Amino acid sequence: MFDYLPYIREWNFPHIWCSGCGDGIVLKALIRATDGLGIHRDEAVMVSGIGCSSRTPGYVDVNTLHTTHGRALAFATGVKHASPNLNVIVVTGDGDATAIGGNHYIHAARRNIDITVLLYNNYIYGMTGGQVSPTTRKGDRASTAPFGSIEPPFNISGLAKAAGASFVARGDVYNVKKLEKLIKLAIQKKGFSLLEILSPCPTAWGRRNKMGHPVQLMEWLRDSTVSMEKWEKMTDEEREGKIRTGVLHDVARPEFTDEYAKLVKRLKAEK
Amino acid sequence: MKKVIMGNHAVSYGVRASEVKVISAYPITPQTQVVELLSEMCANGEIDAKFIMVESEHSAMTACVGASAAGARTFTATSAQGLLLMHEILHWAVGARLPIVLANINRAVGPPWSIWTDQNDSLSQRDVGWLQIYCESNQETQDTIIQSFKIAEKIKLPVMIVLDAFFLSHTFEIVDILEAEQVRAFLPPYVADKQVDVTESHSFGNLASPDSYMELRYMIQKAMEDSREVIREVDEEFGKHFGRSYGLVKPYRCEDAETILVTSGTVASTTRAVIDEMRDEGIKIGALKIRVFRPFPFEEVFDVLSKAKKVAVIDRNISFGHHGIFFQEVKSALYGRTDIPIAGYIAGLGGRDVTPTVIREIADKAISDKKPEREINWIGVKE
Ligand SMILES: Cc1ncc(C[n+]2csc(CCOP(=O)(O)OP(=O)(O)O)c2C)c(N)n1
Ligand code: SF4
Repeated sequence: MFDYLPYIREWNFPHIWCSGCGDGIVLKALIRATDGLGIHRDEAVMVSGIGCSSRTPGYVDVNTLHTTHGRALAFATGVKHASPNLNVIVVTGDGDATAIGGNHYIHAARRNIDITVLLYNNYIYGMTGGQVSPTTRKGDRASTAPFGSIEPPFNISGLAKAAGASFVARGDVYNVKKLEKLIKLAIQKKGFSLLEILSPCPTAWGRRNKMGHPVQLMEWLRDSTVSMEKWEKMTDEEREGKIRTGVLHDVARPEFTDEYAKLVKRLKAEK
Repeated sequence: MKKVIMGNHAVSYGVRASEVKVISAYPITPQTQVVELLSEMCANGEIDAKFIMVESEHSAMTACVGASAAGARTFTATSAQGLLLMHEILHWAVGARLPIVLANINRAVGPPWSIWTDQNDSLSQRDVGWLQIYCESNQETQDTIIQSFKIAEKIKLPVMIVLDAFFLSHTFEIVDILEAEQVRAFLPPYVADKQVDVTESHSFGNLASPDSYMELRYMIQKAMEDSREVIREVDEEFGKHFGRSYGLVKPYRCEDAETILVTSGTVASTTRAVIDEMRDEGIKIGALKIRVFRPFPFEEVFDVLSKAKKVAVIDRNISFGHHGIFFQEVKSALYGRTDIPIAGYIAGLGGRDVTPTVIREIADKAISDKKPEREINWIGVKE
């Protein structure tokens, strides 16, 4: 049995998550992944914004910064810039990263700064009780869309890729082994690594959308996620309603803090 | 119609009765129910308003500015971090002279994170040029929202109404809910005298040279000064229509009081209970609630307090490096006109309960201290 205790801030428990929430599954996968990579806790910094998802760093015994809603990436950019040797992991939600913090999200990706982003997508603002988020699907009900949302959602992985992230992947809380593997890959990759993690919220989203039971949500994840390999072989018709998981995009691009160091070196040499 | 509703919903009903045309907001605890009920009312046609879902409070206030400039009666609600994020555009609404109404639920500012009440969020916005009105009951909340639109539209400045997190926002009380039909005679539809218009074009927010900027600022200050009278008139007129008036300040058993406790928000109601208890013991004590904070009601405050021998101000806020903020304001209202000793007490930050016992402690201290040793006293701080 894996021993989580050395990585946990026991004094911060019990955690705030509802029973049936997927966020705890991510927490454990994250701990196993960092343990597997042999990252020393003093070299790891976890930065989060505000939301149920953003509570994660509160429970992990590494350097943690619990910041303001939407600004985790801006704080993390400062941390990484000041100490490029640190392993900076941002934990954020769909609202935190793509609504109030959307600007930071695209610019961090554009710079391709070496930060790993674990973006929990639960299709809703969980913490404040289920308002529409930029990933709420069209037609889904939310407390601010009691008759169904009329807005088209963001494709958050696609957004990161288009903005310039060098690594983009998607995992979910049903396929846990795979999730752990993807977290490792995202951390190992130099550059802006976005891992979208489907962690649907039973309380604020499921209940309003005929999937109130956590088991139903797990079954939905089981039945609608498909691996990249499988996806490639599917017809457009078969792809309807399915969600790809795995590594969606992986390229080499210059990384921001490296480029900055190079510039400093060059200017010093010219002096 | 009378109903038992929460403070947040009293805000929503006030907005409904005011026939607002555009609402834009972003969720934040403990304000969320205000907006949730409004979005439902917009969606089911109970209010003929557009509800704009935005991605942050900065956008919410900005959308309100746009809508108000286009001539719509406009509302938003927020709290703490959300209000702080609006800061830039709060200034804008004032300079653009737009009559937007905002409800702020007082919540302590992070870090450390807190969702409980104190006044530092709204009071840190005191110099932006919004009127600020602090409420203590759900009825007052609904009524003040309605009054605020009338005041704002008369003086062309935005109004912030403020209520305590949880102690008011989530407390259920009986409210006489007003319907739009009842309110229309008191608050007719908003007609802007200049607006973004397709038939006649105007320039909004243009560059002002040093030659004209100062005059525009002077006009804002003038409007603020004049607004005291407008608030009085609107409150009186409201009273004629609906039988309820609130005043800029609310004195309680102050006539012959030797000591007066100055409070705001929900602490005011608790204080009155303590005053009754102490009066029963024969102690000559009274309370003054400050309802309108901007413009500051200097004359009303002076009139009440100048008859006392001692003044104690309870602040659920702190201006670091200075004093409690109401304390500073009260002191400046008395400055140069009396030499009554005045002491400041900081209590209830981050939602710590200001119970009758706490208020009694403050009152006893205020009475027994010969001269306030230090003008600032922290109540209940643990070692
Ligand atoms: C400036 C500001 N606005 C609003 C809030 C209130 N708020 C806290 S969490 C949250 C939404 C969280 O949604 P998401 O990021 O998707 O995380 P989840 O709770 O769903 O995991 C909001 C609006 C805040 N804390 N700060
Ligand atoms: S509200 Fe939703 S996201 Fe938040 S803890 Fe509960 S289940 Fe998880």
